[in-house]
Amino acid sequence: MNDGPALVSILRQGDTLVASVHTALDDSEMVRFQEDLVRQIGEHRARGVIIDVAALDVLDSFGSRTLRTIAEMARLRGALTVIVGIQPAVAYAMVRLGTGPGEVPTALDLEEGLAHLARARDPGGGGSVR
Amino acid sequence: MGDPTEVEGAASEPAEDLLTQLVAHLREHRERLRDQWMSRIREAGLLQAMTPQEMGAETTSVYDNYVEVLETGSVEALQRYARDLSERIIPRGVETHEVVGIVLLLRDVLARSLFEKYQRDFALLNRILDAYEPAANRIANTVAVSFVEERERIIRKQQDAIRELSTPVLPVRERLLILPIIGVLDSERAGQLTEQLLGAIRTHRAKVVVVDVTGSPEVDQTVANHLVQTVEASRLMGASVIITGLSPEIARTLVRIGVDLSKMNTIGDLQGGIEEAERLLGYRVTRRNDVADGP
Repeated sequence: MNDGPALVSILRQGDTLVASVHTALDDSEMVRFQEDLVRQIGEHRARGVIIDVAALDVLDSFGSRTLRTIAEMARLRGALTVIVGIQPAVAYAMVRLGTGPGEVPTALDLEEGLAHLARARDPGGGGSVR
Repeated sequence: MGDPTEVEGAASEPAEDLLTQLVAHLREHRERLRDQWMSRIREAGLLQAMTPQEMGAETTSVYDNYVEVLETGSVEALQRYARDLSERIIPRGVETHEVVGIVLLLRDVLARSLFEKYQRDFALLNRILDAYEPAANRIANTVAVSFVEERERIIRKQQDAIRELSTPVLPVRERLLILPIIGVLDSERAGQLTEQLLGAIRTHRAKVVVVDVTGSPEVDQTVANHLVQTVEASRLMGASVIITGLSPEIARTLVRIGVDLSKMNTIGDLQGGIEEAERLLGYRVTRRNDVADGP
C-alpha cells in the first residue's frame, strides 16, 4: 500500500491491535484503512482488534458499513473486533439512520474495549467490572 | 397599548364635555350600578370561585378603575390592576371566559343606564355613546389581554420549571446512573433526554443506566420510537439501559407501534431495576446481621 500522512494509527498491544482513527476518512481512505488493518491482523497474529472512533464527530453510512466489513473479515482471520469511543451524537445519528455497526460489539472507550476482549476470550473470568 | 393618554373623539370639545358628564353620572350612581352588575354576574353564574365579600371588593375596584379609564383615557393603571387581579384569581381556577364575561356585563350595565338617562334626547344619547363605546371597548380589550398575558406568563414559568426538574441524571454507584422521568414526555423533552443521557454516559463512564418512567403517564408514538432509539444509541456507547416503571398505557403504545422490543431491557419497578443493574455490574448487596432493626 502507498504511504501518506497517518490518518489512522494501528498499534500492537500483546495480541491485540488498537486502531485509532484520528480524523474523518473519505471513502478511499476508509478502504485503505480496511486493507491495512486486515493485513496486519495476519502479520501480528492478532486475536483482538479495537477500533477507536472517539475523534470522529461524523461517521457516514459507508464508514459504518466498512467497520462492519472489517469486523467480519477480522473474524474470518481469527480476531474479535470491538468498536469503542462512539460519540453521543454519532451514536444517535447511527440509530436514527439505521447505519449502526450491527452485530459488532461496542464499548465506551479503549479500557472498556480491552476488558470486553479479555472477557470474551476468558468467559470464566467473571463479568464484573471491578 | 403603549402610551394611550387620550380617548379618541376628544378632538371636538363637546365630546370631552360629554365624557365628563358621563363620568359624573357613573360616579353618582356608583352603588346602584355596581349592585346591578353584581347581580348580573351572579345570574350568569360567573366567578363562583370567589366568596361574596371578595366579589364585592373586586367588583368595586373594577368599577372604579373602569370609570377612571373613561375619565382619563389612560389604561395603564387598569392594565396594572388587571394583571394583579389575574395573578390572584388564576390559581383559583377563574377562566378567561369569566373575566371577559364580567367586563362585558359591566359594559352592558353601564350602557343600559345611559339609555335610561338619555332616552328622551336621542341625538344626545348617540353622542354620549360615541364617547362611551370606544373607551369601553378598549377597557374590555385591555382586561382580556392582561388576563391572557398573565396566564401565558404563568404557563411559561411552569414549563421552564418542569423542564429543569424533568431530567436529572443521578449517579448511584460507580458506573451506574439513574434517570427518573417525571411528567409527560413530548418530543422536545425526549430530545433533551437523549442528549442528557448520552452525554452523561460519556462523562460518568456509565455502564448501566436505569431510566425510570414511573412518573410519566403516557408517551406518543414519536416519543416511544425516540426512546427505543435512545436505548440503542446507549448500547453503541457501551452502556446498557434498563427501563423501569412502564405504565400499562406506555407498554401498550410500545407494543402497538411494533418496535423491536427484544433489545429493551425492562423491569417492573425502580427497585428491581437497580437490583438488576447491580447484578450486571457485579455488585452483591448483603444486609449486615449485626445491625439492629430500625434507624
